[in-house]
Amino acid sequence: MLLIKDLTVKFPSRFGDFSAIEDVDMTIKPGEIHGLVGESGAGKSTVGAAVIGLLQSPGYVANGTLTLGDTDLRKLTPTQAHEIRGNRISMIFQDPQTSLNPLMTIEDQLIETIQSHSDVSESAARKRAVDLLEEIGIKNAAQRIKAYPHQFSGGMRQRAVIALAVSTDPELIIADEPTTALDVAVQSQVLELIQRLAKERQIAFMLITHDIGVIAQVADRVSVMRKGRVIETGVTAQVLGKPQHLYTQALMDAVPPLDRKMGRFRVPDADDTAPTLGDIAENWLLEGQQHDLTGMSLQNLTVQFAAPRASLFRKPPPYVALDKVTLNIKPGSIMGLVGESGSGKSTLAKAITGLVTPSSGTMMLGDTALPFGKSRSRHHPSRQLIQMVFQDPYSSLNSRHRIGDILTEPLWFYGFVKDAEEREKLAASMLALVGMQPDAVTKYPHQFSGGQRQRIAVARALLARPRFLICDEPTSALDVSIQAEILNLLKDLQTKFGLTILFISHNLAVVRQMADDTAVLRNGKIEEVGETHAVYTSPQADYTKSLLDLTPVMPTSWQT
Amino acid sequence: MVYFILKRMVQSVFVMLAVAFLAFSLFRFVGDPITQMTGVETSVEDQERLREELGLNDPFVYQFARFTGDMLKGDFGFSYRTRQPVADMIADRIPATLELGVVALIISLLVGVPAGVYTALKPRGVLTQTILMTTLVGVSIPTFVIGIMLIFIFGVQLGWLPTFGRGGTVQIGGWESSLFTIDGWRALLLPAITLGVYQLTLTMRLVRAEMMEVMRSDYIRFAMARGVPMGRLHYKHALANTLVPVITIIGLQFGGVIAFSIVTESVFQWPGMGLLFLESIRFVDIPVMGVYLVVIAFFFVLVNLVVDLLYVAIDPRLRIRDVQ
Repeated sequence: MLLIKDLTVKFPSRFGDFSAIEDVDMTIKPGEIHGLVGESGAGKSTVGAAVIGLLQSPGYVANGTLTLGDTDLRKLTPTQAHEIRGNRISMIFQDPQTSLNPLMTIEDQLIETIQSHSDVSESAARKRAVDLLEEIGIKNAAQRIKAYPHQFSGGMRQRAVIALAVSTDPELIIADEPTTALDVAVQSQVLELIQRLAKERQIAFMLITHDIGVIAQVADRVSVMRKGRVIETGVTAQVLGKPQHLYTQALMDAVPPLDRKMGRFRVPDADDTAPTLGDIAENWLLEGQQHDLTGMSLQNLTVQFAAPRASLFRKPPPYVALDKVTLNIKPGSIMGLVGESGSGKSTLAKAITGLVTPSSGTMMLGDTALPFGKSRSRHHPSRQLIQMVFQDPYSSLNSRHRIGDILTEPLWFYGFVKDAEEREKLAASMLALVGMQPDAVTKYPHQFSGGQRQRIAVARALLARPRFLICDEPTSALDVSIQAEILNLLKDLQTKFGLTILFISHNLAVVRQMADDTAVLRNGKIEEVGETHAVYTSPQADYTKSLLDLTPVMPTSWQT
Repeated sequence: MVYFILKRMVQSVFVMLAVAFLAFSLFRFVGDPITQMTGVETSVEDQERLREELGLNDPFVYQFARFTGDMLKGDFGFSYRTRQPVADMIADRIPATLELGVVALIISLLVGVPAGVYTALKPRGVLTQTILMTTLVGVSIPTFVIGIMLIFIFGVQLGWLPTFGRGGTVQIGGWESSLFTIDGWRALLLPAITLGVYQLTLTMRLVRAEMMEVMRSDYIRFAMARGVPMGRLHYKHALANTLVPVITIIGLQFGGVIAFSIVTESVFQWPGMGLLFLESIRFVDIPVMGVYLVVIAFFFVLVNLVVDLLYVAIDPRLRIRDVQ
């Protein structure tokens, strides 16, 4: 049994010690899955790192008790602590792509781990490793164990990671966002596996995640964290069903429901930043609407990539990323595009923006055909009319440019505004329109949070006076409350300026809230397309049904 | 895999052709070869006859083809200065340079890799800071100054080691080696250290940087969380993963060590290719210079090919593509 009491972790810095977590209390019994939920920076991972003794330097445990069974974890020498790691406490990391050593076979890594903690022969360790993989659901384990990590798919790798964590029979496993990098189908398998291991082996799990749906589905108890403190803790149904604390309530409100559409998200403290400041930008955008609403239609669009060459004499068959995709996006509507990773969602966006060259098919923006890839000239009008908002706001803004430079670029580039001063004014006004302080023009991207940066990215896209906006996973890197704000913003702008939006996401609940129509993509083929409400309430394709079934949701009764 | 190797080999052929072309241009266009070969007393008719005999009036492409063909057959022409075949002169000198280069490389690896690992694992230690500062001084001083300093301390003041030449050598086949006598090793030590210092620093700093990067990666943190013993964690997991970038640089550097051992060889009067090259420059011995160029290019190409093969040996992701 893990007991945490009054745990405080501090990070010394030039400006004095900074407390990452303060007075955290938590008890995890054997066989219990304890969810730890909160937004980024809340200190969830720090709790896990403190328990396993792997705090990032120079962080240290300043106060509190940490005991596992009879062992006081704070009194251990570094050597003793290292012996406990793996043996009694183990950990599962977020990304299975990076958490296995790429140069060693799964077998070597398993045998090494088993032999590190128990005095068994190599053949005995091997046998245990094979049995374990079988138990964890890898078929034909005796053979597959010889593989290197890169030969496994994402889900298989996460199983291998779990096998490694379980291989030494630990009492406690800290799972830090174990399913965040996985597709829903794989996610549900991994969660099932965690539940089974907790039950059968009586392993205690600390399940750290930002996904409330995951917690709702598997956790027995849950602690909600904010700014380094546990603000609410208890049985999952209790905490999520009848949240006592205001923050928990707000957090629950921001989670997009899968089974119904809401008008707007309730955002706790939305401040309307001087709405009049945005008028200049708003008028400018409205006056620029010389075009009518512009739709997009794709006919039999096919994109192929050359596969890596295996033989000297035969050219390998190309990899088909998009297979005869036909999609009609109505003018002024939002088309949601969902699918698992690798289904071709982003390739579709790239084909429309001219970043990849389709091998056949047609693309029509309004009633003009779009030239493919490189044959689209730099000055083709579609380069202005189609704009994009990218997934990762941390890498989509040039960190060495001022926000003002980033925002005014489309204005001079497309020749909209000749006067430099006027451009700055318009940029500042646009910032107000997307809900930011206009004085941000003089700052640099690193001075803003992820959500603010995504607002800047939206402002940049709008300053090109687009008619067609592609949002490629615009909120998947953001916390759920920030996500709600950005989605509200996009919706407002779409209604105000009559934009046509292609909204790409792997999150079905988000798409449900945003899209008028929804298309489901799988292996480069459209499985199903239709009016969003119809797709979600009476899905036709089996694939859509399974996607909807596997998405973790909260019981309806918990929702407010 | 086979495709990959073949592709690299074809690329190498093109590199070699380009270098051969440079060497040929050097030979053909830097000064008139006939004037170089004959004295003032040779008549104009004789000169013309010689020109015709040597095929110097043929079209340019023919001449280049013949030059490359001769090279492939091992016929590298004759030196202007000594009238000996260039092939023999180079072959005489190669062992000295290669032995010097390899020993310098080994010294730099034996010291550089462990030092890199140590300084990465204990980034704040006093010893780490000392090592980093010393090696920084080491690279800032030019090679010849280091050589002269070593000669002054160990050769002149202490009188422990010889200051020039190869010492006692042993003939093995056509290979004149100084690796089999104590005397030979004593002579080899100073020049090898001089040549290795720069590479040592580079190797150490690279290993350190890569190692620090890898130690932050998820798979190391996961291995740490599973309690993999520290020794295995540092060497089997972390060091192995730093190898790909490290051998790239070491490979490139080794080519450089062979090519630019000129300075060290002249400081220690080491009878290798670099010294031969210097002498050839002094006497405008263009055939030797041309061949030297080709031989060095060949080493570069060879080392890089070996490096590419090592990648494949180290990294299973390049070796095994099929996904289960």
